[in-house]
Amino acid sequence: MVPEAEFRSYYGRPVIKGPVWKTPDVPVYLFAGGLAGTSAVIAELAAWTRRPALERASRVAAAGGALIGVTALVHDLGRPERFLNMLRVFKLTSPLSVGSWILAPFSGLAAAAALSALTGTLPRLGRAAGVGAAALGPAMATYTAVLFADTAVPAWHEAYPELPYVFAASAAAAGGAVGLVAVPLDESAPARRLAVAGGATELVVERVMEGRLGFVGEPYREGRGGRLLKAARLLTAAGTLGGLVTRRSRVGSAAAGVALLAGSLLTRFGVFEAGRASARDPKYTVVPQRARLTESA
Amino acid sequence: MAEAHPVGFQWVMEAKRRGATVIHVDPRFTRTSALADQYVPIRAGTDIAFLGGLINYVLENEKDFREYVVAYTNAPAILREDFEDTEDLDGLFSGFDPQHNTYDTSTWQYAGAEAASDRRDTESDTGAAAENKNKESGRGDRMGAAGAVSARPELDETLQHPRCVYQVLKRHFSRYTPELVQRVCGITPEQFRIVAEAITRNSGRERTTAFVYSVGWTHHTVGVQYIRTAAILQALLGNIGRPGGGILALRGHASIQGSTDIPTLFNLLPGYIPMPHAHAEQTLDSFVGSDAGTTGYWGNMRSYVVSLLKAWWGDAATADNDFCFDYLPRLTGNHATYQTVMDQIDGKVLGYFLPGENPAVGTANARLQRAGLANLEWLVVRDLSLIESATFWKDGPEVETGEMRPTDIGTEVFFLPAAAHTEKDGTFTNTQRLLQWHHKAVEPIGDCRSDLWFYFHLGRIIRDRLADSTDERDRPLLDLTWDYPTEGAYDEPSTEAVLREINGWGPDGRALSSFTELAADGSTRCGCWIYCGCYADEVNQPARRKPGSEQSWVAPEWGWAWPANRRILYNRASADPTGRPWSERKAYVHWDEDSGRWTGPDVPDFEPNKRPDYAPPDDARAEHAIGGAEPFIMQSDGRAWLYVPTGLRDGPLPAHYEPQESPVANPLYTQQQNPARETYVHPLNRYNPSAAQQGSQVYPYVFTTYRLTEHHTAGGMSRGLPYLAELQPEFFVEVSPQLAAERELEHLGWATLVTARSAIEARVLVTERMRPLRLDGRIVHQIGIPWHWGPNGLSTGDAANELVSAALDPNVHIMETKAATCDIRPGRRPRGPALLELVEDYRRRAGVSERTGTEGATTR
Amino acid sequence: MTPSRNALSGPLHDVATDAGYAAPPERVGFFTDTSVCIGCKACEVACKEWNLVPEDGLQLTGMSYDNSVALGADTWRHVAFIEQTAPPAVPEADGDIRWLMSSDVCKHCTHAACLDVCPTGSLIRTEFGTVVVQEDICNGCGYCVPACPYGVIDQRPGDGRVFKCTLCYDRLVDGMEPACAKACPTESIQFGPLDELRERAAERVQTLHDAGVAQARLYGHDPDDGVGGDGAFFLLLDEPEVYGLPPDPVVTTRDLPDMWRRAATAAFALAVGATVSFLGRRP
Repeated sequence: MVPEAEFRSYYGRPVIKGPVWKTPDVPVYLFAGGLAGTSAVIAELAAWTRRPALERASRVAAAGGALIGVTALVHDLGRPERFLNMLRVFKLTSPLSVGSWILAPFSGLAAAAALSALTGTLPRLGRAAGVGAAALGPAMATYTAVLFADTAVPAWHEAYPELPYVFAASAAAAGGAVGLVAVPLDESAPARRLAVAGGATELVVERVMEGRLGFVGEPYREGRGGRLLKAARLLTAAGTLGGLVTRRSRVGSAAAGVALLAGSLLTRFGVFEAGRASARDPKYTVVPQRARLTESA
Repeated sequence: MAEAHPVGFQWVMEAKRRGATVIHVDPRFTRTSALADQYVPIRAGTDIAFLGGLINYVLENEKDFREYVVAYTNAPAILREDFEDTEDLDGLFSGFDPQHNTYDTSTWQYAGAEAASDRRDTESDTGAAAENKNKESGRGDRMGAAGAVSARPELDETLQHPRCVYQVLKRHFSRYTPELVQRVCGITPEQFRIVAEAITRNSGRERTTAFVYSVGWTHHTVGVQYIRTAAILQALLGNIGRPGGGILALRGHASIQGSTDIPTLFNLLPGYIPMPHAHAEQTLDSFVGSDAGTTGYWGNMRSYVVSLLKAWWGDAATADNDFCFDYLPRLTGNHATYQTVMDQIDGKVLGYFLPGENPAVGTANARLQRAGLANLEWLVVRDLSLIESATFWKDGPEVETGEMRPTDIGTEVFFLPAAAHTEKDGTFTNTQRLLQWHHKAVEPIGDCRSDLWFYFHLGRIIRDRLADSTDERDRPLLDLTWDYPTEGAYDEPSTEAVLREINGWGPDGRALSSFTELAADGSTRCGCWIYCGCYADEVNQPARRKPGSEQSWVAPEWGWAWPANRRILYNRASADPTGRPWSERKAYVHWDEDSGRWTGPDVPDFEPNKRPDYAPPDDARAEHAIGGAEPFIMQSDGRAWLYVPTGLRDGPLPAHYEPQESPVANPLYTQQQNPARETYVHPLNRYNPSAAQQGSQVYPYVFTTYRLTEHHTAGGMSRGLPYLAELQPEFFVEVSPQLAAERELEHLGWATLVTARSAIEARVLVTERMRPLRLDGRIVHQIGIPWHWGPNGLSTGDAANELVSAALDPNVHIMETKAATCDIRPGRRPRGPALLELVEDYRRRAGVSERTGTEGATTR
Repeated sequence: MTPSRNALSGPLHDVATDAGYAAPPERVGFFTDTSVCIGCKACEVACKEWNLVPEDGLQLTGMSYDNSVALGADTWRHVAFIEQTAPPAVPEADGDIRWLMSSDVCKHCTHAACLDVCPTGSLIRTEFGTVVVQEDICNGCGYCVPACPYGVIDQRPGDGRVFKCTLCYDRLVDGMEPACAKACPTESIQFGPLDELRERAAERVQTLHDAGVAQARLYGHDPDDGVGGDGAFFLLLDEPEVYGLPPDPVVTTRDLPDMWRRAATAAFALAVGATVSFLGRRP
C-alpha cells in the first residue's frame, strides 16, 4: 500500500520521543549479549562433543560478552548506582525486566563456568553453571529484539515479526565467528557451520523484513541507519562466503570470523540508528496511522 | 484582552458560552482575535474614524435608541450660533489660537450658558519647555462635569433645530461613511457592515452592547477623543447605565484605577478633586466656588475638600485657618511626567522617587527619560529587583554609545528593595471601581519593605528631625496626622488603619457609611470622598469574599465598589423617564411607587427617594438641581454629553486626526494631527515627518506597541523569572510575509528598527496574523512591537520605548505609543557610536529638524 | 470485547482495581477543551511552580508563540500554537485566520505503555487511575521514553531519572484539583471524574457542531481506541497530527504476547540450529 505523500505535523517535530539510550552502550550490549548467549550454547555442545578448544573459547566469549554487556547496560542507566532496582520486580510486560532476570543469572553462570574451565577448579559445579548458562543463552540472543520492538518507535515496532529472527541469526553468526577466529581448524567446524547458517539466515530474513515494512522500513535503507546496515550486510555476506571457502585456512577463517563479528555489531548499530531516525521524523508515525484510520473509515 | 487580562477574559468566554457575540478590532490578530466571532483588522491610530463611521451609520439609519437619546443625552441641547465645526474649518473647531495651539472654548458652549471654570491659564514655562506649547487651561481632569455649566441649556426635543447637538453631530460625522472608513482604517465595507449591523441589532430596549478597551484607545494624541467617540456611540444606542452595556476600560496595571482615585497624579487630589493652583484660588472659598458647579453632586465640593483636609491635618485644621487649605501644595504649571523629564534635563529637578516605575525602559522615549535621570542630584528607586532605572548610569545604552560616562553622571542612586504584593496587605482598585483587599501571605525577605512602610517611616523620620523647628514652612509636615498604629517586627503601619482613614469618620469617631454624610463644617474626616463607605460599620468592606453562588447576580458582597458600592454607574438610565424598566429583560433599577424608592439588585445611582417626576425649582443647588428623570447626576445638566461644551482642550466632538507620525495624509481634513496635542522640542525628541511631508518615506511603516500575556509592562516583574522568561525568551517584532519580502526579513532573523529618536534590534517573527492594509489606493504595512524588554534580567533585549516619541494628548498628558512610524531593515543594529551615526543618517535623509512634527494647525 | 483481568489492551473500565487496589476512588482525569483555550500558559507556569520543575530553555523557537516546544521531563503542560489561514473566499481578499491553541499533557492512558515496560516498578498506577513515576526508584533506564505513543515522558538532563505529569498526585490525596486546572482561567482544563468529563465533552462537541464548528472532535475519549482511552483527553478543532498528536496511537504492549512467542520460537530455532551444527562426523 503506497502511503500518502502529504501529511501534517506540528512544525515537522517528532510525535514520539526516540530512545534516550546511549550509543555505543546499547548497540554494543545487543551484540555482546547475542554473542554471549550463543557462545554459552556452543560451549556446552563443545564440551559434550569433546572439543576443548572450542569449549574454552566459547566459555570465555560467553563470560566476556556477558561482562561487557552488563557494564554497558549499567553505564547506560541515568542512575547507575540504582542498577539493582532492575531486580525489584519481575514483569512480563517489560522486556527489560525479563531481560534483567535473564542477564543476571546468565552472567553469573557464564562467569562461573568460564572461571571453572580456565582455572580447573570445581569442574562439576562449573559444568552445571555452564549448562545453566546454555539454557538461558538463546533467550539472551532474542529477547533484545522484543526490547526494541516493544516501543512506539515505528521502525522497530512494525519490525517485530522478523526482528527476533534477525537477532537470533546475527547472534548465531557472531557466536560461530568466535570459533572461526579463536579455535584451531580441527575443532571449529560446528562453529563454522553455525556461523555460515546464521549469516545466511540473517541476510535473508532482513530482506524479507524490509520488504514487508515498506514505507516504515525506509530508515533501514536510507540515512545513517541505511549506511550502517549496508556495511553490515556486506561484512556478513563476506564473512558467510568466507566461512564457506576457508575450511583449510586458519587465517582465512579468522578473517571471515572477524567480518562476521563486525557485521553482527554493525547490524545492531544500524537497527539502533534506523529506529532513532524513524522516531525523529513525524511522517513515520503519522502517515501509517492516518492511513489506518482512512482505511477503517 | 486575552493577552493582557487573561483572568478577566474568562468572563468574555462565559458570555460567549451564553450566546454573546465577540468582535475584536485590533491592528494585530491576537489571542483575543482567536476566540472572537469576528476579527476586524484596523490601521493603528484610526479608531475615531471607525467609531465615527458607526455613529454615522446609526444616525443615518435612525438606529439610535430615540427615547433614551432625547431624554437622557444632551442631543436636544442647542449650541451657540458662533460655534463652528470641523466641517466648516477643514479640521479645526472655532476658537483655535495658532500661536499657542490651544482653543478658546467659549464658542463651544450651549446657547445662553456660561462655563463655571473656563480660564486660559497663561502660566509661563521655562527652560526647555519654553519652546513648547504646553499650557494649563481648563480643568479637564475631573470626572463628571469638569467645569460645569451654570445654567440649563435650551432644548429642542424634536431634534430638528439646526443647532441642536443631534443635528450638529449628524453633520459632523456625515462624511464618515463606510467608504471613508475603508480609506482611513483599511476596514472593508463588508467587515464594517457586519459590525454595524451586529451592534445596532443588539442595542435598544431588549438588548445591550458593551465596548471593552485598554491602552490601545488611550495611548494616542487623541486618546480622550477615542473614548468620547465610543461614549457618543454608546449613548446614542442607549447602552450607558444599563446591564450588559457600558464602556469598560481595562487598565494597564493591577491598581491603576486606584492610582487615580487616591492619586499619584500631579493635578488631582483624592476623589478627583483638582489640585489648587498657586496663583489663583488663594482661599478655600475661591477654590470651592470656582470648581463646583451649582448643580450635580460636585455642588457638595466643599464638604469633600474640608473632610479631606481634616483627615490630613486633623485637629490643626479649623474653620479659622480655612482648615489648613494653605498647607496644600500648589500647582505652578504643568508638572506632568514628560514636563518633569524636560525639567530634569534642564536641571530644575533635584530629586526623584521611582517606586515601582521604570522609565529608563518603560516610558515613551526612553533616551529622553534616561537623560533626565542622569541629571538629578539624587534618585530613589524602590523595586523588586535592580531595574534599568537603577542601573542606567553604569551600563545603560548611553554608556554603550559613549554619550554618557558613569563618572560624569552626578545622580546619586539609592536602591531600596520593595516588598511584593503577596508580602503586604492592601487593596487593588480595578477598572470597574472595585476595591478588593489582598492579604499578606508571607513576610518580606531581607530588607524588602512595603511602600507604606517606606513613606510612613520616611515621614516619621523627617518629622522627628523637624520637631523643634519654628519655621512656618515646616508646619504642614508637623501638623499632619501621622499616627497610624504599627505592628510586627518591622513596625509595619496598619493598612487597615489607612483604609479606615480613607473611609473617614464622623464627629463620634465612628466610620462613616456614605459620602452624603460628609460635612463642610469640619465635623467629618474623609481621605477620599468617593471611597467613603468602604469601611462602613467598621467592616473592611473590600475584604468581603462572599461567593457569587451565594448572592444575587450583581454580587454586591464581593469587595466594595466606589461610590457607595454601586456596581453600574448611572443606573437610573436602566429605567425610562417614568421609572419603569426599558424592558423586563434588561430591568435593573426601577422606581417602586409603593415604597417610594428606587429599587433593584444594585445601589441606585440616584437619590433613593427622588421621584421620577421631580422637577427642580429654579434656585435648586447640588443634587437637588437634578430632576427625577436625569440619570447622569455628575453632569450639571443631568444628561450624557454627546457633545462636550466645556472641559476638553481639543474639541467638543471627536474628529479623526492622524497620529503624530503617520504615512497617511488625513483623508478627512487638511488638519493632519490633533492641533492641540502636546509636543516637545528637544534634540532627544525629534519627530519623523508625516504623510505627504518631505522625508516621510524614510520612515514608511506604521508600528504599534503592545503586550504579550507572558510578560508584564517593561519586564521588571517578569523577565527575571525563569518560568516567565522561558515562555517568551527573546524580544521580537511581528511582520507580515509581504513586509518581510519587501524588506528581506527572515523568520527568526534579526531586524533593526529606526525612528528619529533611536534604533533597536529584534528577532523577526513573520506571521500572517499581521496583515498589510489596503487603503486609499496603497498598501500600508504595520509592524507589531511588544514593549516588554530591556537590558536587565534573565531575558534581555532592546526596549521598544527607544523608538517612541513624547507626543501627548492635551487633556491628560498621555503619550502616543500605539501608532507611529519607523523603518525596518534586516540585520543587527550597530553598537557604540555607530548607533548614533545610523540614527543621524536617517534623520538627515528625512530632513528631520526641530520643527518637524510640531505644527499645530497644518496646511497642505 | 469483554475486558478480562490484566488485559493488555482494549476497554478496561476500572484501571485501579485492575492494578490491585481494593476499593479505589473514582477514576479522575482531564478534559482539555481546546476550543476555549486562550493560550495564556497559566497551566505551564502553575505546573512548574507547584512541582518545582526546572526552566528548560530560553531560546526563541519561532513556532508561533510556542517556546516550550513539547512535553518532556521539564515541561509537563505544553501549550501548542498553530496559525492557519483559510483560502480567501474571493481572490484579492484575505483568508480567515485561525489560531489553534491547545494545552497538551500526559494522557494517563488506560493501557500505559510506559508503565508496562518499566523494569523497576517505578511507574505505577495510582488509586485515582493515574500513572505516576516513583522518583526514588527510577534508575533512568529510559525504556519508558520510546515506549510512550504520545512522546510524553523523558529523561531529565543532569538528573538521569525520568519525569512527567503526576496529575498532581500530592494535591489529589489532599482533595485538591491539579494546579493547571486550578489556574486555567477559561476552564479549558477541566478536572474531575472521568465518566463525568466524558459526558460533558460529548455535550460540548454536540454544541459546537450545532453552532457550525464541524471540525470539532474528541480525541482520546474512546475506550475502544488503541490505548483503551486516555485519562486525559481532548476536544480538538483539527486533526490530531496538526497538534503534534498521533492520529491513532496504540499501546505497544498490545503486540507483546505475539513478540514473546516469536522470540521464543527464534530462540528455539537458534538452539536447534546450534545443535544441528554439531551433528555429524568430526571435524
